[in-house]
Amino acid sequence: MSVLAELKHVSKSYGQIKALDDVTLKIRKGEIFTVIGPNGSGKTTLLKILACIEDPDSGEVHINGERIEDRNRDRAKLNTTLVFQKTTMFSMPVYNNITYGLKLRNIPEKQVGERIKKVLKMVELEGYENRLAKKLSGGEQQRVSLARALALDTSILLLDEPTANLDPKSASIIEEVIRQINRQKSTTILMATHNIFQVEQTAEKAALLMNGKIVEIGAVDKMLEKSKSLSKFARLENIFSGTSEIFEEGTSRVKLDGGIAIETAFQRSGRITVFIRPEDIILSKNRFESSARNVIMGKVVEISDQGSLVRLKVDAGREFISQITKRSFVEMSLNIGSRVFLTFKASSVCLI
Amino acid sequence: MKKADFIPIFVVASFLAVFLVLVFFVEEFTEGFGEAIRLIASGDPEILGITFKSIYISGTATVLSILWCVPVGVALGLSDFVGKRFIKGLFNALLGIPTVALGLILYLMFSSSGPLGSLNLFLNPIGVSIGQAILITPITISFIASAVEAVNPDVKDLAKTLGASEIEASFVVLKESTSGVVLAVVAGFNRAIAELGVVLMIGQNLRGRTRVLTTTIALETTRGNVALSIALALILLSIVLSISLLTNLIQRRLK
Repeated sequence: MSVLAELKHVSKSYGQIKALDDVTLKIRKGEIFTVIGPNGSGKTTLLKILACIEDPDSGEVHINGERIEDRNRDRAKLNTTLVFQKTTMFSMPVYNNITYGLKLRNIPEKQVGERIKKVLKMVELEGYENRLAKKLSGGEQQRVSLARALALDTSILLLDEPTANLDPKSASIIEEVIRQINRQKSTTILMATHNIFQVEQTAEKAALLMNGKIVEIGAVDKMLEKSKSLSKFARLENIFSGTSEIFEEGTSRVKLDGGIAIETAFQRSGRITVFIRPEDIILSKNRFESSARNVIMGKVVEISDQGSLVRLKVDAGREFISQITKRSFVEMSLNIGSRVFLTFKASSVCLI
Repeated sequence: MKKADFIPIFVVASFLAVFLVLVFFVEEFTEGFGEAIRLIASGDPEILGITFKSIYISGTATVLSILWCVPVGVALGLSDFVGKRFIKGLFNALLGIPTVALGLILYLMFSSSGPLGSLNLFLNPIGVSIGQAILITPITISFIASAVEAVNPDVKDLAKTLGASEIEASFVVLKESTSGVVLAVVAGFNRAIAELGVVLMIGQNLRGRTRVLTTTIALETTRGNVALSIALALILLSIVLSISLLTNLIQRRLK
């Protein structure tokens, strides 16, 4: 299979933050490639560079064997498109949202109508042409985004966590469409995700991105078998990147991207990625005195029932997942919006 | 945004309420109010003339200001350069410029002995329009820049990834901010039609030429002709109120 897109030693910084650090990557024609990594690891930047809407600070981007420079960027852009994680819609009906890109490509009027019908059918939104895009539900909007990208018939389709925070129906429709277009039209797909099941089910190749660097790259099944960090990452939650500083008495203090700091029981300095097991986080309604070094206040933003256990997503500057038993959940009478304290020991913070 | 839509209506409506309270509790006002209603109902040509002059002068001022405010406001809202905050701050500070001070500066410029005296703008409705256009420039630019900045920044990236060039993407942002731009222009018009300083200094309240609602209200009140003042003030309030209402309707359509 020939190479469709290639990054050679690409680096990109935003102010002090190094989003991508010497990334080299080859994407072959017709494959589904996933980029896995925690929030803030540089996935979105990588996609934006491949979409030709962001310039790298250094390194080269090649698409279809051509090096992307200022002179050919606008033309190259027509051959690649990105579906953002955060859905953005023009304040227009669905129809006009989709025609925007088609008009820029001078597609004849007759074909436009046909294409729109076809892509809306694929994402199961037939007859939505005249609905105002911004009035649709989150899942429907994300499906319109995908339809809008599909209509352009580009040779590369870039997807930034296409199913994150979506209802299960929309998520499964989107996953199915991704597989379908790859099979039928052999569209090359690059997808960023942190959902390992999605990787297992859809992708052939994957790269693990951490702190802007590719840590591992290869075939998905082999990586899941062999790679310690990928499989570890895959099963983990509460993964955070940040800058660590050695503290007194054998501990470190990690400033997470997003403003909060946590204490850890290891000694390490510099950029690191850590995780905390959801079952290690004690949830309480009031602050209590204990030996645990980390107490963070937050607000419950999501509750999911898992049989005898309940998982709560708590926004405390960063989103933490805490897992408690259903009995505790009922006794504490928690709701979305409840103010809670997260308490965990410094030794519960593990290094990846 | 939805709540903010009602603020102009709320403000004007409360003015009207205060007005009505005055009508009921202040004797002079009660008499004047009756007379005012009669004057308006009779379609007095003098009152009509003054009203149309007001709308004409401030309308021209608004159209003039659009010529430079839209490009500058959009450029300011879209771009990101060193000193942008300073320029925005400057326009924000100029929002509160005393109209009399600006009127005085323009008087010195436009009067026959001033540097621009040869242009014949003094005592000229066009001169007043130019003065008002300058007066409303900061408010219009500030509002337009904010409206453009308020458009989700991802819209530009979205347009680009769908194939737009930098300029085409900027047009999309402008299109998305239309309702905010309309609001800015309306705010400019409302400020222009309600101001007194510039029109008094440059226009000097010449009957049939530069006499507008605000100058007449000021003059007639000092002359003790309260009824006429009330009639004109009611007209001024209704103009501002109906424009605010109309803008609200348009904005809801645009959304």
